[in-house]
Amino acid sequence: MSQFSLPKNSKILKGEFYEDKTGSDNIKKINVYRWNPDDGRNPRVDTFEVDMNNCGPKVLDILFKIKNEFDSSLTFRRSCAHGVCGSCAMNVDGVNTLSCIKSHSDIKGEINIYPLPHLKVVKDLIGDLSNLYKQYESIQPWLKTSKTKLEKEEILQSEKDRSKLDGYYECILCACCSTSCPSYWWNGEKYLGPAVLLQAYRWIADSRDEEKKERLKKVADEFKLYRCHTIMNCANSCPKGLNPAKAIGSIKKMLASS
Amino acid sequence: MKEEKKYEKNPLTPHLQIYRWHISSLLSITHRIITVVNLFAITLICFWIISLYFGPTSYDAINLFLKSYFGKFFIISLCWSFSFHILNEIRHLAWDLGYGFDLKVSKITGLITIFGSFVLTIVIYLIGKNLL
Repeated sequence: MSQFSLPKNSKILKGEFYEDKTGSDNIKKINVYRWNPDDGRNPRVDTFEVDMNNCGPKVLDILFKIKNEFDSSLTFRRSCAHGVCGSCAMNVDGVNTLSCIKSHSDIKGEINIYPLPHLKVVKDLIGDLSNLYKQYESIQPWLKTSKTKLEKEEILQSEKDRSKLDGYYECILCACCSTSCPSYWWNGEKYLGPAVLLQAYRWIADSRDEEKKERLKKVADEFKLYRCHTIMNCANSCPKGLNPAKAIGSIKKMLASS
Repeated sequence: MKEEKKYEKNPLTPHLQIYRWHISSLLSITHRIITVVNLFAITLICFWIISLYFGPTSYDAINLFLKSYFGKFFIISLCWSFSFHILNEIRHLAWDLGYGFDLKVSKITGLITIFGSFVLTIVIYLIGKNLL
């Protein structure tokens, strides 16, 4: 049976309040999830009063501002800041997204920032994604072909075949979709989740790959694939505007018609 | 293996507690609950039919219940739950055929399901009353 409430050590306590010292007339309250592995306490939510007159346009800019001006121990992942690397995936205002491309002006009132849902927290806004990476490895995300290097010929692909990968090759594996999926929350160990299934479909749909049947057979499992109940949280959260639900639907349809 | 168990004892990040509801997720959980409700409803209807077999006394007893305000409310609620289930199931069938995954389309079909279930309930009620 799934546990819908948080375990005892994960209950969120009231955190600290960091008051604005600039006297700005444009203050926004930012609530940030904090957990320090070293102090042995429960997670808490700290509130920061941030001066929005001197802040960049994105949620990631707010986090940098907090780290620079309030608390340098605030921990989060980020790298490219252009929505390409997928490092800064987190839950902003109740929906998973990349904080580097989410404009804070889109959010009315206080901004709530949490790590990606239903993961073991490593520190503050960083969740442990090793289970997802292990599952990604299990679908063998590389081209499988009987060709050896000796042919010295490219494997050509028609424009039409290439277009079948559109909407799938753009995935950056930020894990926004998988961690937004209630099915993945309750069955994350066995269910592959939207991100990995979208990747699985990306290889199934690739005209150059020669192991389509084996790949299909491998995901055709009551838990691995069929825990998807079209809740559509994945498509609703994808910061790249992709549709994992459709990819999963396509796999199901292929299995039903083969 | 060691790497995977490293954070096992760490707290779990909040999920249901913080995640925003969308029309699609709300309909999904409602669909599941309604499925269970309908299962009980069908069982009750079976008992009702069996009671008819036992003659006028048992029929009158149930009739008394169904004619009461609560009974009427109960029956109309069931009309809604079946209407909702039928419409959302059609939505699921379309998905199984590969249609309607687009975010906008799924939102529209979701809204149609919600409003349609009430319209269908009224239609069923009026047909039952011989008004349609």
